[in-house]
Amino acid sequence: MISLQSITKSFGKFQALAGVDLEVPAGTVQGLLGPNGAGKTTTVRVLTTLLEPDGGDAFIAGHSVRTEGDAARRSLGVSGQYAAVDDKLTGLENLTLVGQLYGMRRKAAKARAHELLEHFRLDGVPKGQRAGSYSGGMRRRLDLAGALVARPPVVILDEPTTGLDPRGRRDTWDAISALADDGTAVLLTTQYLEEADELADSIAVIDGGRIVAEGTPATLKAQAGGARLDMSFERPGTVPAARAALSSIGLEVSADDSALRLSATAPGRQESLRAALAALREAEIEVIEASLRQPTLDDVFLQITQKPAGVRSGQDSAEDPAVSPTEAPAEDPVPDNAAAREEVRS
Amino acid sequence: MSVITAVRDGGIIARRNFTNVRRTPGALVTGVAQPIIFVLIMAFVFGGALGGADYREFLIGGLLAQTLTFNSSFTAVYLAKDLHQGIVDRFRVLPMSRVGVVLGRTWSDLITSVISTVVLVLCGLAIGWRATTDPLTITLTFLLLLLYAFAIAWVGAVVALTARSVEVAQSLGLLWLFPVCFISGAFVSADTLPGPLRGIAEWNPVTAIATAARQGFGNTAPAQFEVAGGWPAENAALYATLCCLSIIAIFAPIAVTQYRRISRR
Repeated sequence: MISLQSITKSFGKFQALAGVDLEVPAGTVQGLLGPNGAGKTTTVRVLTTLLEPDGGDAFIAGHSVRTEGDAARRSLGVSGQYAAVDDKLTGLENLTLVGQLYGMRRKAAKARAHELLEHFRLDGVPKGQRAGSYSGGMRRRLDLAGALVARPPVVILDEPTTGLDPRGRRDTWDAISALADDGTAVLLTTQYLEEADELADSIAVIDGGRIVAEGTPATLKAQAGGARLDMSFERPGTVPAARAALSSIGLEVSADDSALRLSATAPGRQESLRAALAALREAEIEVIEASLRQPTLDDVFLQITQKPAGVRSGQDSAEDPAVSPTEAPAEDPVPDNAAAREEVRS
Repeated sequence: MSVITAVRDGGIIARRNFTNVRRTPGALVTGVAQPIIFVLIMAFVFGGALGGADYREFLIGGLLAQTLTFNSSFTAVYLAKDLHQGIVDRFRVLPMSRVGVVLGRTWSDLITSVISTVVLVLCGLAIGWRATTDPLTITLTFLLLLLYAFAIAWVGAVVALTARSVEVAQSLGLLWLFPVCFISGAFVSADTLPGPLRGIAEWNPVTAIATAARQGFGNTAPAQFEVAGGWPAENAALYATLCCLSIIAIFAPIAVTQYRRISRR
């Protein structure tokens, strides 16, 4: 239903997409995960015909976004990270407008709008209340409803739950699952690994404009190896020494030297934990917390992109000075930040 | 994309725009207040020195041309707002006509121009202006004014689509209006302007609209005004119509091309 074939896109010198291939069959949810500046938004903009790729092509329900933009748009529903609703119109008017612009007759568009308002629990607002006075969550739901007005076979959701409260997020998740159950192909970009884990049938990790890993959540977790060992330290600057100590007993450590915590592989579970604590005691390193756990997609991410799980939010990059040069704080695509990021790499 | 789809989608967008205008308190205040302010300034501040009651009769045609030209700044601002506040991104991913958004804008702004025209006519009647020709000529003259309002809105649309932000669209959309409206025969006889300015004023579309309006309403210039001559003045209605059509022919394609280019950026 969605097919990306060797998509490339550059902004000036910065290559935002360096050959992206992806297939999303009908009835599945494809998660697209990546840090800021990785190429998620650029991918979405190409798929939604807002941006023409430099090379390659993408197909929405078989229609090329390059040459059959109109047919592609007809099969497409989009909901963005900023809710694109008209503040001056009511929810009903917003959805009716979208329906009409999909080519529906006014009456049919209105009927469909009522249906969606009910479905997304937006029908309880006083008649005549404009979208401008909706809460953030309601606006997002209205925007999502806008994507579904024409029952398109392909739905693209760009960070649909960013900024939503838990209830709103749960509602949105339910709606997305229901879409896939009805046979819709859904592409979902997200910064929340938990969200991808919950919803996606398949996850693609994008970094530096390339898909660097792809598979089901279970496959990807298996890639991260067995159990993980988390440790926290009291004194700053302990991590390099701890890393050395743990490496010497054969554990693979991922952490930032400036952070106060690390995560290591623990193939032997309790054995590894004991060995690790012993090694640290030997090196006279004080541990304030140590725990064993199952791998999460965070670990996958960390391993694949060689970055801490800063994908969760911008906070990590603020906390960890060592990371900040490699993290573009703004949304991609921002050529300036992205270019800076490229320089640091090379 | 077919013309029918463009017209249909333009109509849908125009309706949405108009709902927006109705629900924005103060959105129409400028459209209403501006003609009143200009009538007061021109009729009673400058008017006394320029011929009193005779000048007030002469003035209304010029004010109509000037007001409708100024209204293109509304097009610039509202279209720029839609562009930069994400709502156009929503429209761009819909299978709607690529012309629809801009077409809808220029149509809905026509309503603002109708309101401004009505206000001006009422002000004119209050200060002694009358249309003395037959009803058909008067009707045709108002239709020409609306055609002009529609044409000049496309210039506003190009400003909006070229500007990088709403603020830039706002200032750019106003800036060009002053020389265009005042280096003209809208408020004085074009023949009193010096050298090259006179040539510009004689051929200025604003002059053509003002002159065509005066002729269409049967208004004459104060006795001491030199009568502007030349082909544009002698064929004001024809020349004004040609101006409107030329403006549309030049600016509408630019606006549509710009919109498409933005879509692909």
